[in-house]
Order: sequence, then structure tokens, then C-alpha cells
Amino acid sequence: MNLTLKIWRQAGPTAKGELVTYPVKDISPDMSFLEMLDVLNEQLIAEGTEPIAFDSDCREGICGMCGLMISGQAHGPERTTSCQLHMRSFRDGETITVEPWRANAFPIIRDLIVDRSAFDRIIQSGGYVSVNTGAAPEAHAVPVPKEKADRAFDSAKCIGCGACVAACPNASGMLFLGAKVTHLGELPQGQPERNGRVVKMLETHDLEGFGGCTNIGECSAACPKEIPLDVISTLNADLRKAARSGS
Amino acid sequence: MTDTLSEYFSVGEPVADTKAPAVTDINTMWTQHQFDSALVNPSNRRKLDVIIVGTGLAGASAAATMGEAGYNVKSFFYQDSARRAHSIAAQGGINAAKNYNDDGDSVYRLFYDTVKGGDYRSRESNVFRLAQVSSNIIDQCVAQGVPFAREYGGLLDNRSFGGVQVARTFYAAGQTGQQLLIGAYQAMERQVAKGTVTEYSRHEMLEVILVEGVARGIIARDMVTGEIETHLADVVVLATGGYGNVFFLSTNAMGCNVTAAWRAHRKGAYFANPCYTQIHPTCIPVSGDHQSKLTLMSESLRNDGRIWVPKRAEDCDKDPRQIPEEDRDYYLERIYPAFGNLVPRDIASRQAKNMCDEGRGVGPLVDEVDAEGNKRQMRRGVYLDFAAAVERLGRDTVEEKYGNLFDMYARITGENPYEVPMRIYPAVHYTMGGLWVDYDLQTSVEGLFSIGEANFSDHGANRLGASSLMQCLADGYFVLPNTIRDYLAKAPFDKIAEDHPAVVEAKSAVTDRIEKFLSINGERSVDSFHRELGNIMWEYCGMERTDEGLRKAIGLIRDLTTEFWSNVRVLGTADSLNQSLEKAGRVADFLELGELMCIDALNRRESCGGHFRAESVTEDGEALRHDDEFAYVAAWEFGGDGAPVLHKEDLNYTFIELKQRSYK
Repeated sequence: MNLTLKIWRQAGPTAKGELVTYPVKDISPDMSFLEMLDVLNEQLIAEGTEPIAFDSDCREGICGMCGLMISGQAHGPERTTSCQLHMRSFRDGETITVEPWRANAFPIIRDLIVDRSAFDRIIQSGGYVSVNTGAAPEAHAVPVPKEKADRAFDSAKCIGCGACVAACPNASGMLFLGAKVTHLGELPQGQPERNGRVVKMLETHDLEGFGGCTNIGECSAACPKEIPLDVISTLNADLRKAARSGS
Repeated sequence: MTDTLSEYFSVGEPVADTKAPAVTDINTMWTQHQFDSALVNPSNRRKLDVIIVGTGLAGASAAATMGEAGYNVKSFFYQDSARRAHSIAAQGGINAAKNYNDDGDSVYRLFYDTVKGGDYRSRESNVFRLAQVSSNIIDQCVAQGVPFAREYGGLLDNRSFGGVQVARTFYAAGQTGQQLLIGAYQAMERQVAKGTVTEYSRHEMLEVILVEGVARGIIARDMVTGEIETHLADVVVLATGGYGNVFFLSTNAMGCNVTAAWRAHRKGAYFANPCYTQIHPTCIPVSGDHQSKLTLMSESLRNDGRIWVPKRAEDCDKDPRQIPEEDRDYYLERIYPAFGNLVPRDIASRQAKNMCDEGRGVGPLVDEVDAEGNKRQMRRGVYLDFAAAVERLGRDTVEEKYGNLFDMYARITGENPYEVPMRIYPAVHYTMGGLWVDYDLQTSVEGLFSIGEANFSDHGANRLGASSLMQCLADGYFVLPNTIRDYLAKAPFDKIAEDHPAVVEAKSAVTDRIEKFLSINGERSVDSFHRELGNIMWEYCGMERTDEGLRKAIGLIRDLTTEFWSNVRVLGTADSLNQSLEKAGRVADFLELGELMCIDALNRRESCGGHFRAESVTEDGEALRHDDEFAYVAAWEFGGDGAPVLHKEDLNYTFIELKQRSYK
């Protein structure tokens, strides 16, 4: 396949960026999107041009490190991560635009790399169960109904990639937040801190500059792990409960 | 024979673990040792600085636990968030001797299975402790809210893994590593909020600081600004994972590297058993030269999938669904009736290679070069078939158990595994070797500890499935926090100034090296060197090793290293985000490590676990150990400009009898 790439280049956080056009040739449809970028980078190095900086690590769709806006869609046209997107999803001769995540809460570091540490700070404000090592009871002491365990797992599948924020017109982080609140809220171990957790995490979310949720659902549609939109309903229900309890 | 090896290394004094207490009942060893280890008063803990490098299961669990205890922890990692470390990609599960299924499991059986699985090349004391704390790990994770798979009655579900005849593996679909890591990460973030743990994201450790032979800090590069930073501490813990990426293609993440461990090795930490590499049998076969990494299909698939190749080579290009049952060779079930498809990984991998070498492999023909340098075309794949499982359990059940793995396979290959058998082939997955540590997990450098895959301690010559997660969390939650206090109880340590000569020396070594990379300005990219090194390692130090091949590989690596230092091209600057520069440092260290791996493999003239020497096989083609000569850990000391020095740690089996491994 031969393709035309328009890629966002930006030397640093405060530098002015621009889209630069690069042609690539002889791309195999079995390559992943990031392997295609590797090929381009090898070509750039040979020409003496600095390669394009982009994040990736596991390249099997689980670490959440990669994340590109590909022709306007978070992680591109398939519902997966950028690293698991394969070139067979594109047509020969196609022009593809590649940009970093666009959100105030995710400032650009260089080229296609953004700073997503705001997500860590949201978790720091309450995304855990407070139990010190050594203080745990026997694992079978508290049975957990399978439906609840399954829903907790389905919410805990979030990889923290930020596609939900990038896809949202308001750059809201509510799907990320809802997934964590639902994961811990479905389990008996998460109950003691349930009210306080949702309030503190939402407060941090807003302080970090994420937008509000208007229930458009782009977040869930873009989520590579298919986190369902109803985690945001659970988040809202938890918030109401917390408000009533005075948390 | 040893004489002809003397050009590659010399033999030094033996080394031994002096920390495990001498007891007659192994059950009491760990309890006794915890009691014997000195304590640090809670009010003194906050005055002690602990550096932990890496935030995988071992590093994150250690950081969380040390933070909870009240120490002042600094955590370093190269990713943008602690949650991304490569433990996250572990799929299948985590072992624990809970015996919830009443199928005869026990601490002793987990201990026995692990030592036997490791082909009797691990240390009894460490493995027994691992089996003892395994149950606590499950309790801890459940309390944190890790959503393990459960039965309808609300209790935890288990499955089986290779090399084992009980079901002791706890899991969360095919994403167990992710769920455990998020549990450890959240526990660590809780400590960040409390101020006991400080995170340094996008930081790469490039040197360890030794003051009078004692580890007192690290030099790290801020990967965003390029600044070279000095971080001093009272103790340093390396939880930096394995070195499988020396093969270029592996199931490791792109960033996994040996640099932290190798820098420590160069400063005196012994590197143990570097040649013990785990080649995992169930990975998606290589599809072309562009490939940047390989993808694992969890071993749990071997619970229900059946592995086969056609009986006749002429059937290999047929549609597998058209090959009748009587023309299929379910070779693992045929050769190993007792364990069948659940033999340990080293055996399953080697048999897959044997089938393909016989010309009975499946999938596309791929170009390759054999050990003599001749070009040939081979099919490198075997079938992993779920047709019988779908018929027996129904598609829905198979989907519930393995859905995410099937989806991943379909996405990468473009084939539907519910209908066509998967094609799999072995790939580099895990490294049993690593920094030598004693029972306290301290390296041969005082004040420098190592946990998780980065150390060598628990898996011998082959790791059993679902034991890596167990070891990482055992080390991080339960072992290190208890052993490190014996060292920290020596506090207060001398205060070190940033302008101390040892600190200045370490820092300038780092800056000099970076300047060197940027000034070579040669013709070849860093990746091209890495890929070439990987090819050498795979061909000569992969699934089968020979004396001749290893000698050849050492020569090739030395030539490649010389070329690297005169012809690598690293563009960009030192004071900005520069991914080529990051990779250059890692590949330079991989080149040195690759040579040591080949030397270690050359020295070990026996087959054991993942280390298979073609010269040492039983009559029926299995790995043949030579316990009289090689029942030792090979702990290598860096030789500077000279050859490395081998220190042997004899393995004494007191509680388990040394036997030829059999899974038949």
C-alpha cells in the first residue's frame, strides 16, 4: 500500500506545531499502525530528519500508553487501540491525518505525545480501597455475587488511554471516572469509602480542567475496551447518594 | 573442555547465600528469619529514603507497602504512568496454594512443582517462601478490589496451568496482570496522596551511585527535559523486569530493557544465569520483517485447546478443517500422556520447533537462514484447535473464558479462531536469569536489592505459568518489606553530598555516554543494530544452543558492538525528549548482555529447562542435566575490559530429591 500521512509535529510544549506531509510506500496490510510509523521513522532517520515522537509500549492493546487521533477519530476507524489497529483497515492511496489527543487536561509534550498525569491525580484522590498490606481477611470470607464481580471487572478493564477524553466534544473524563467508581462500587470491599470516593474524584476531575458530561456517548463509542456508557449513570447515582448523605 | 573456554571467562571464588537460617524444618525458615531480622521503629522510618525503580507488580507493590509502613519512597519509571508497566500484559493468572478445590494442593506441592518445573536449578529456601506467602497475595488482592473470576456461589474460580496437575490458578478473564497491577498501582497512588511515595514518571535510571561500595542512589534522566538528575537514598531497589528484548522480537513491551540491571552489574552486582530464557509456546507467529514485537496467547488456552500438526508433510498447506482426525498428530498428547497439552512451557516450545523442523509446520512459508548460513523456507506454526472445546462447552462458554484472547488473535491475523484453528509458534517471553540476590533479595552490592523478574531467584531454568505474577507480588508485598528492614535498621547512614566524588563520577559517566551517542553520527539507526542483535541471539542462543553456534555468536556480537560504537546514528539533542537516544543506551547495554548470555550458555554444557544444548539430550530427545557438574547458579561478575568472572553457588537439595524431570 502507498499512503499519504499528515502528521502533527511540535518540538516542545510551548513551540508552535504544524501538520507535515509524509508519503510512505510499500506498506503491508498486516502491519500495525504503529509499525507503519516505525517504517516512516526509519526512513526519516536515513534522511537525517528527527523521527516522529509517539508513545507506545506493550503494543498489544493493554498498557494504554499509545493514543493517536487518526483522521479525526480516537485510535482510528476500528474500536481498538492505535497499536492494535492494522493497515488492512485502510485503503491504498488514502490520506491519513495523525494528531495527538486534543484536550486542555492533556498538554502536548512533543509531536504526538501528551501528558496524561491528570488521570493519576484523579486516582490519587480516591480511586482505591484503603487496605494496607497484611491487613486483608481470608479471600473467601466475603462471597461476591458473580453478576457484581463481572460488572466490576467489565468496568475495571479501562486502560487509562484517554481516548474517551479525546473523543468527547467537551473533553470530559467522565467515562474514565465512572469506570473506576463502578469497579469499586460494585464490590463489597469498595463500600466503606463509596460516598467520599465519588465526591473527591469528581472534584479532582473538574480541577484538572476536564469538561462536563452532556451524555453524547462519543467516549464509550471510542473506548477500545468497550466500557459501557452506563458507568456514568452509576457515577451520577453515587453522586446523588453521596449528596443525600452529606459527603 | 573448560580450558578451551578460558578465553571467554575465568572462574572466581564460590558464592553462597548466607541469610537463610539453618533450620531442620523448612516450614519454620521464613518465620524464624522474620523474627531474626531487626526492626525499624515507626518514627525512624520516615527519616529513611528508599528508591524503587520500576512500577510493575514487584515495584508498585513494594512502593505501596513501604509507603504504608512509613518510609520515604521515591519511585522511578520510564512510562508516563505507573499503571503501564509490562506486568499489565500478563494474561492467564496467578498461582496460590489455597487448595480451594480440595484436589491435593498444598504449600509443599506448589514448592515441589516450582522446583521441578524449574528443572532443579532454583534455590529451595527462596521457592519455599514463595509458596508460603502465595495465599496471602490472593487475600490482599481481593481486599483491594481486584475483580477475580468467580463462581455463581460468589467464591473464586480456578484453572490449571502447565506443569501442574491441580487447579490453583486465580484469574480475571485473560487480563489478570492488568487487574493485579491496577490493584498495586491504586495502593501506590493512595500513598502518593499521603505523601509517603513520590513518583518520577518518564524518568530512566542510567546509573547507580556507589559510595565506598554501598548503593546510595541513582542517576536518572528526565526523558521530557533531558535533565540528568541525582537522587540520593539510603537503599536502592531494582524492580526493572526482564531482558527478553535482547532478542528484539519478544512478547515484552517496546520499552522493556536491561539498562538498570546492567548498570548495576557493571558496578559490581553479579548477574546470575543470564542464559535461562523462557520461550513461550503459544504466541502468534511472525508475519513479516516489519514486525516490532510478538504477541502472546495465554497458556490458559492450553486448558481447552488441543495442539496438533498434520501427520504428513504434504497436508501442511491444506485447510486444517479438511484434514480428518486420523491424519492429525496431537503430538503433546501422544508423547506426554500424563500432562498432554499442559506440559511445561520449555517442553511445549521445543516440541513445536521439532515438528516444524521435521517439515510438519503450518502457515505461510517464511524465509530463514539456518545455523550454517544457508537460506531456506520453512513453515513456522502449529495448530491450537478449539473445535472440540466449542462442541463440548458451547461457543458462549468458550467466549466467556477466552473472548478477549480470541478477539486479539482475530485482530492481528485477520482470521476467526472460533472457526479456523489458531496458528501459534514459540516466542521469547520471560527471562529466569537476572541479578543475583540472597535470601533477603539483596544483590552482591550492599544496599542494592532486586525484586520480581529483575532478580534470578525463584524459577530455576524454567518458569511455570502463572508463577511470575505470584513471585512479583510475593517479593513486593511480603518479602522485601520484611527483609529490607534488617538492612535499614543499621541507620543512620552517613549523609552524602551531591558533590561527593562518587556522585560526580556517576553523573559525568552518564553525560559522557550521552554525548558519545550524539556525536558518532554514523549511517545506521539504533533499531537496525537491535534487530541484527536479535537475529543473532534467536539463531544461536534461542531454543537450541550448540558449542559451535555460541562461539560464532560471540564473535558476531563483538563485531556488531564495535560497529555500533562507530556507526550508529542518533539524531536530535540531549536536552529534549529524544526516543532514539533512549533506545541507543538500551541497545548498547543489550549488546554487552547478549555476549554474556552466550558465554553463560557456552559454559553450561548441559540441557536444563529453557536452556537446551544439542549436545546434551536423553535417548528420547529430552533435556539431559548433568547434576554432578552443573547443579549450581552461575553468578557472573563484570570483568571490566577483561573477561567476566564466574562465581558458582552450589544448589543443595535437602527437602526435595534431585530427579530427571518427567511429564509422561
